[in-house]
Amino acid sequence: MIYLFHIFILIGIYIILSLSLNLIAGYTGILSIAHAAFYGIGAYIAALMALNFNSPFLLNLVLAMIGSAILGALIGIPSLRIKDDYFIIATFAFQIITFSILNNLVSFTGGPMGLPGIPQPVIFGIKISSHLSFLILIVILCIIVYFVCNRIVKSPFGRILKAIREDEVFTQSVGKNVSAYKVKIFMISSGLAAIAGVMYATYITYIDPTSFTVMESIFIISIVIIGGAGNLKGSIVGAIVLVMLPEILRFVGLPNSVAANIRQMLYGSLLVVFMMWRPYGFIGEYSFNRNTDNG
Amino acid sequence: MDNLLKIQNCNKHFEGNKALDDFSCEINRNEIVGLIGPNGAGKSTLFNVITGFILIDSGKINFDKNNITNKGPSKINKYGISRTFQDLRLIRQMTVLDNILLSFKKQPGEHLENVFFQNKKVKNIEFENKKKALELLKYACISEKAYELANDLSYGQQKLLSIICCLASDAQLLLLDEPIAGINPAMIEKILSIITELPKQGRSVILIEHNMDAVSQVCNRVIFMDAGKKISEGTSEEVRNDPRVIEAYLD
Repeated sequence: MIYLFHIFILIGIYIILSLSLNLIAGYTGILSIAHAAFYGIGAYIAALMALNFNSPFLLNLVLAMIGSAILGALIGIPSLRIKDDYFIIATFAFQIITFSILNNLVSFTGGPMGLPGIPQPVIFGIKISSHLSFLILIVILCIIVYFVCNRIVKSPFGRILKAIREDEVFTQSVGKNVSAYKVKIFMISSGLAAIAGVMYATYITYIDPTSFTVMESIFIISIVIIGGAGNLKGSIVGAIVLVMLPEILRFVGLPNSVAANIRQMLYGSLLVVFMMWRPYGFIGEYSFNRNTDNG
Repeated sequence: MDNLLKIQNCNKHFEGNKALDDFSCEINRNEIVGLIGPNGAGKSTLFNVITGFILIDSGKINFDKNNITNKGPSKINKYGISRTFQDLRLIRQMTVLDNILLSFKKQPGEHLENVFFQNKKVKNIEFENKKKALELLKYACISEKAYELANDLSYGQQKLLSIICCLASDAQLLLLDEPIAGINPAMIEKILSIITELPKQGRSVILIEHNMDAVSQVCNRVIFMDAGKKISEGTSEEVRNDPRVIEAYLD
């Protein structure tokens, strides 16, 4: 039972990550491979606050979101000048820099040894320590994040995001400040990703930089693409499928060393298969390999 | 006469190529001006300069007492200039209605804080805008297409939609880049009749068009440009018979 709870908690964390990335990648059409960086930044801010100042969980959560959102603006600003493939490389660089800082700033982040003993959350006097209570908390957070994302994409604000994705020039010509919208959505997305980071840090109670590598970013992108870009429900479906899939391998009876490699191969081939035959994912509305006629 | 748009001595070079060469002109209120000239004369460049998509090297552009020289495209739209594109831009993966809704100005729902804290206000304005959008579609006789994707419209209907989007943004000056090129005669009639109505609603139009019959039909005044220069200006009759214009076409 605990095993199942553990899987569900992981699914919840990835739902938050993929919902938030979907706002940038699926709705605004800007592919970023720095999402794990914001996930990590959120986790580290909350962990360091809790370890050094013993500050309450909710305060850490808010600070992690704000910190991550500010850094999100930092990566959003280059997106105004750099386009498409070049922007992906820029986000890749940001991802590598973040990892390097977390890995090398030993006195502050613990470096490769990571940060052990992160206190579990206490909310209004209730200590969240059992798997079940974590699951309840993550479900609540997922619902809140879904509500926030849904509200954004259904609003006139979300209509502008979709317009930016389809034709930036037209969007500017009808009087929308495209740059401001891009920076805003990057801040929101990064802030929401931090929630997942905080939950991960307090759930596992230990973090190290290897949880927030570029591979993790690619995994989150896979969820968004396979679930369906530009559709929030797609992100939920994608997170469930991609987190469950390798768990099934566990029961086939493969030795762990083989299963880990098969897992990577599975993700890779799944991504290729979807890109070729089902570029809109399970239920997506936007495909990255679509030929645009925007000139 | 009251000037709406005043362009003074604008210059734009593209790697030695003079796209605009000391170009000046004035557009009055409630007037339709035709902008004609051979391909590569700088007509679309002029549109891009006015709407802020291309920055000029020197010169000055005033619109309705505001200096709009080298301001950003979204800002210029807010001052009241709206445009269509020669390569016909629309948000093709959105419905016809959403394209028009996108074009309205001053929408509270476009501000993030209102999305969460002013839901009622956002919904009310959205409802009002929707009513206005449907009225505009009715005016253009494509009401039945409201919920179809812009991409599924015919080419002529898409051009019509791009003009409706300009109307939705409540612009005082519309820059229409070949609004009737390549569409069927019935649609040409419809679009021309909409353009003719614009001055009565207090709007001015600059029209780039190669179809001279249409130009003489709707335009109060015609500007002929070639190689980035204004060659001739006057009624369509005058411009057509101007020896400099005939020479430019024979070159």
